[in-house]
Amino acid sequence: MQSDTADNVRAALGRRGRWGWGEVAFWLVAAATLVFLPERHLILNEIAIIGLFALSLDLILGYAGIVSLGHAAFFGLGAYAAGILAKNGIGDPLLGLGVAALAAAILGFVTSFLVLRGSDLTKLMVTLGVALVLGELANQMSWLTGGADGLQGITMGPILGLFEFDIFGTVAYAYSLVVTFVLFVIARRIVVSPYGLSLRSIRDNPLRARAVGIPVNRRLVAVYTLAAAYAGVAGALLAQTTQFVSLDVLAFHRSADVMLVLVIGGVGYLYGGLIGAVFFKVLQDVLSAWTPQYWQFWIGLILVLLVLAGRERLTDRVRALRPRSRRGLATDKARPLPTTTAREV
Amino acid sequence: MLRRTFLGAAAMLALTGAASAQEPLKIGLILPMTGPFASTGRQIEAAAKLYMQQNGDTVAGKKIQLIVKDDTGTADVTKRLAQELIVNDKIAVMAGFGLTPLALAPAPLATQAKVPAVVMAAATATITEASPYIVRTSFTLPQATVPMAEWAAQNGIKKVATLVSDYGPGIDAEKAFTSAFTAKGGQVENLRVPLANPDFSPFLQKVADAKPDALFVFVPSGIGAQFMKQFVERGLDKSGIKLIGPGDVTDDDLLNNMGDVALGAITTQHYSAAHDSPENKAFVEAFKKANNGMRPNFMAVGGYDGMHLIYEGLKKTNGQGGQALIDAMKGMSWTSPRGPVSIDPQTRDIVQNIYVRKVERRDGELYNVEFATIPNVKDPVKAAKSN
Repeated sequence: MQSDTADNVRAALGRRGRWGWGEVAFWLVAAATLVFLPERHLILNEIAIIGLFALSLDLILGYAGIVSLGHAAFFGLGAYAAGILAKNGIGDPLLGLGVAALAAAILGFVTSFLVLRGSDLTKLMVTLGVALVLGELANQMSWLTGGADGLQGITMGPILGLFEFDIFGTVAYAYSLVVTFVLFVIARRIVVSPYGLSLRSIRDNPLRARAVGIPVNRRLVAVYTLAAAYAGVAGALLAQTTQFVSLDVLAFHRSADVMLVLVIGGVGYLYGGLIGAVFFKVLQDVLSAWTPQYWQFWIGLILVLLVLAGRERLTDRVRALRPRSRRGLATDKARPLPTTTAREV
Repeated sequence: MLRRTFLGAAAMLALTGAASAQEPLKIGLILPMTGPFASTGRQIEAAAKLYMQQNGDTVAGKKIQLIVKDDTGTADVTKRLAQELIVNDKIAVMAGFGLTPLALAPAPLATQAKVPAVVMAAATATITEASPYIVRTSFTLPQATVPMAEWAAQNGIKKVATLVSDYGPGIDAEKAFTSAFTAKGGQVENLRVPLANPDFSPFLQKVADAKPDALFVFVPSGIGAQFMKQFVERGLDKSGIKLIGPGDVTDDDLLNNMGDVALGAITTQHYSAAHDSPENKAFVEAFKKANNGMRPNFMAVGGYDGMHLIYEGLKKTNGQGGQALIDAMKGMSWTSPRGPVSIDPQTRDIVQNIYVRKVERRDGELYNVEFATIPNVKDPVKAAKSN
């Protein structure tokens, strides 16, 4: 009986770990935009970065159930870390990413102990507070961050010593896309691991998870730190590809926007953040080109309608159209786990 | 299906991108049209459109196309929009830029692509130094502040408390005022208020206790009304403490709604809707008519003059952009609604009269009424550097 369950779990996890055709197509299309949409590389770059940022929020919100209104703290810290490094003559982009990830991870690790305490409301307040504190620090330490004027004079070296950032944003987009893809693959591996499964059980019922012997706090600290590092990388990408950092990388609207993006695309689903980012940015771009003054009205209206009419996420409808045969086959082999649905990878 | 969604989105993008049959001269106007600084964007956009309406949309035989973009007041968006406008739309010149970081972010692009950037709003002194392609038609904060210090020193004010928003421009104003005023033998106490959600009352209490001759205030233009309200609530309007500062606190856009509390406030700035000249009367009237009675403020005049500078520059270069255009703009002078102005050929910053104004009621509305003029003020920060 014992080993039966273990086998079932292993099979279920293995099944989720397999790449579907839809996923392959998604990344192929993303890669194709590098060649076929040369005029749009600047906004695509931004989409890739926001997608990665939303992915990082999904790791804690969708997979571990930690609500956060201050995720921009890590994004901003990563942006400033990469920016300040490049400003002081260390212009290697990959090194910058590493430093940003490390800085954000350290902050994530330290603040995770605050976030572990209390209810969802407390978590919202604490995360919000951390972001506010960081924002004010960046404002005050203008000798380091440039304060309200923003960080000037960032010059990036070529990536791997080969690819120079160009004005068309092509290298920038390729760079952001590759980084996002690599981090996505890692995140995907993590969420289908037993570790990822334990996170979801914590999200669904922390009390029961503790009772069955999952070290709840340690797991949450780990995932929070990981998500912080991801957000730091997203921030660093923004700083490096735009070669500018200003205080609004830490602003509340960053945290709010990324939450919105994730909710549009779907929480607890790794593609949710990416699809949400595509949808949100394209909508914003089209509407604001059409009516620069009132686009927020339309975007608000569309979002409300989307939620009212759809209730379910965008990605669910995409999924509903997929052939059912494969899913049926899979259930023959192993029954799905009771508390987690198939769409959670 | 995933692919289809994505391709659909991509097709939508491509459609909006491709739209250029014959080649007009394009001006990219990047402004905060939404968010907390939307009023800046609206004023400038309205003024730019008014200028085009009055002066036609053909310059040097070429059609002018104005492309307005909303950067939501976020610097990295400004930069991306500028980059897209340069790369995809092949603009001849970019303009707008509501706040200092929004003007600084695209500065390297202007240099790289040799596209002139006309700053119509942002007021930190250093902006024009960020790129040799930046030219400014608004003002610099020290330019408006130093005359205030001089006026105060000459008019029997000896002790001043300064109250500024705690960010770049606020600190600029504080420093400019303090150094100019102490140089004239005055005494200054500095107070700084957080930029976001400011509560002025504890600071105002300090001011009330210190009993200075005057309170020098700089807050970004949207916050002025809130400050005035708390100023009265603390009873400072009856304490005999004079209210002075650069003109942002009595912004024309908001002034009339502040009520009588604003009466008597003395400010220095480059533009008032009540400026007495035929050019300004015509400007204010046309602006109000085109915009539902909205009163133009100093942002609007920056946008209007910015368009004038672009038009005249293009006339001089026969429709050429780039280096030729920025060279043509240097040293240009004209009569603006605000009075005589010129572009300093060395710093590419505007040289203009600064007026000392007092809030008074005229025809039932509150206005900054000018009563003294300091002619041809250059930006004091850059003037000090070059000496």
